[in-house]
Amino acid sequence: MADLSPPKPIAAGPPAGASSAVPRIPPSIAGGEMEVAFDIAGFSLWYGANQALFDVDIRIPTRAVTAIIGPSGCGKSTFLRALNRMHELTPGTRIAGRLRLFGEDLYAAAIDPVVVRRRVGMVFQKSNPFPTMSIADNVLVGLRLNGVSDRAFLRDRLEASLRMAALWDEVKDHLSRPGISLSGGQQQRLCIARALAVQPEVLLMDEPCSALDPIATAKIEELINELRASFTVIIVTHNMQQAARVSNRTAFFYLGKLVEYDQTRTIFMNPSNSQTEAYVAGRFG
Amino acid sequence: MLPAGIRWPDISFRWLALLAAVTIGVLIALVGWELYQGSRMAIGQFGPRFLVSSTWNPVTDQYGAWPFIYGTLVSSAIALIIAVPLGVATALYLTELAPMRIRQPVIMVVEMLAAVPSVIFGLWGIFVLIPWLRDHLFVWLKTTLGFLPLFQGPIYGVSMLAGGIVVAIMILPIITSVSREILRSVPNLQREAAYALGATHWEVMRIAVLSYAKRGLFGASVLGLGRALGETMAVTMVIGNRPEVSASLFAPGYTLASVIANEFTEATTDLYLSSLFELGLVLLAVTILVNVIAQLMLRSLAGSGTGKIN
Repeated sequence: MADLSPPKPIAAGPPAGASSAVPRIPPSIAGGEMEVAFDIAGFSLWYGANQALFDVDIRIPTRAVTAIIGPSGCGKSTFLRALNRMHELTPGTRIAGRLRLFGEDLYAAAIDPVVVRRRVGMVFQKSNPFPTMSIADNVLVGLRLNGVSDRAFLRDRLEASLRMAALWDEVKDHLSRPGISLSGGQQQRLCIARALAVQPEVLLMDEPCSALDPIATAKIEELINELRASFTVIIVTHNMQQAARVSNRTAFFYLGKLVEYDQTRTIFMNPSNSQTEAYVAGRFG
Repeated sequence: MLPAGIRWPDISFRWLALLAAVTIGVLIALVGWELYQGSRMAIGQFGPRFLVSSTWNPVTDQYGAWPFIYGTLVSSAIALIIAVPLGVATALYLTELAPMRIRQPVIMVVEMLAAVPSVIFGLWGIFVLIPWLRDHLFVWLKTTLGFLPLFQGPIYGVSMLAGGIVVAIMILPIITSVSREILRSVPNLQREAAYALGATHWEVMRIAVLSYAKRGLFGASVLGLGRALGETMAVTMVIGNRPEVSASLFAPGYTLASVIANEFTEATTDLYLSSLFELGLVLLAVTILVNVIAQLMLRSLAGSGTGKIN
């Protein structure tokens, strides 16, 4: 289980501003050693007769941010949704291959997708707070679904989750207001707090900033930088500067195939595949 | 300023649309006025006492509306209690649970239910429903829930409860199809938000779908209620048509719409006819009043499906 203590004060240094001209490449994971969260091999996925993912082999490290980039329709969102079995909500999907989280096969017959999604949280492209719930209820709904009713515990977790999502100071005085009374960027951070409150092992983010303005985007990116210390974050993004700013490792998908996967610095500075080079250079996509 | 040749469709359509909107208001006002004209004699004779009096006696020319108001409200309430959960559950099944290939057939069956003429439901009520209610359901209710005043007294078959059940069947299609549209309008992103938290199917329906849609579902129920209040033919055939107020749902009752349909042709005296007109006026008033109350309740209902969602 991830540590959910309130985060340390934001580290010194310039925040990952969306407007900075030169992408700030975060330090890569020290050495070649990494603890693997997702261990995926020969993973393919079909929507009916259409194959969306082809033989993906990837090992995603824990306590790091992994970015997934690629042009529209390359399968990056499909891949992300396969990690917590959200794609199963679309009827007629089928998979092949191996997908393990910390050594456990998430597609084993005995594993319920509901349990998978409690371990692997998700934040969506558009913020989607529950409109009938207050800010506090939105954060705590996942815990209540798990049957948690201890009020002191819920109060602690509410504060810790909102602090982790860098929203506490803005909402602490009106926690009973509706979640949808917040601004777009705040709503997205509320959704992140909601996902964090159930203490997932992994947080999946599907283009979490694509509907936000640059200032709100900068806040979310700062937050992703904070989450790196205790979580496994996997982020799909259209924005290559964003991938360069926030991620340790980057995977480039094209036409349903994993083309290249390496340290972010390598992908952006010295890619080994010509398609990757063309994409990060902005020549297509 | 654009030349008149280009602007005239704009202007004429605006007036046409306004005319159409005004016509509805004028029609309601005209109906109300006619009913008032027809009932002036009864209003002058009985005054406000008409509304609370339980006497309906053409022989002595004494008329009161209370048993009919009571019958209309109670039979409609029974119908809502039965039809709302059934209709919403059917709509939930059709939008959230049913396999794609059986959705369309079920929707067709529900819509066919709406196409069955009222009198057919009445006949079915007399020959099928009532014997079954009398011999099975009512007996069972009496033995298990007989301690409640609602389920005491002699069982005839024709009864307030039978009327309510028939009305429930008649308003089921509209509640189901409106609820289905409401549930279909819940954004998928709401469902996914709940699924991503590890919610089960039922939990998704509860926290993401039903709470989002509750205002709309309430509206669907109000539409059903509007139908129930005015339903005439089928109710007349099964409710027993006795102008009495009884706590027991096994006792026969009478509704405003039924008594007007039943007794209009045999209204021999002017006062009798005028009283029937006044019942029509009361039915119109009750319908409008119930809808206004529902609108007010809807406004105070917390949480809005149509609220701001980014």
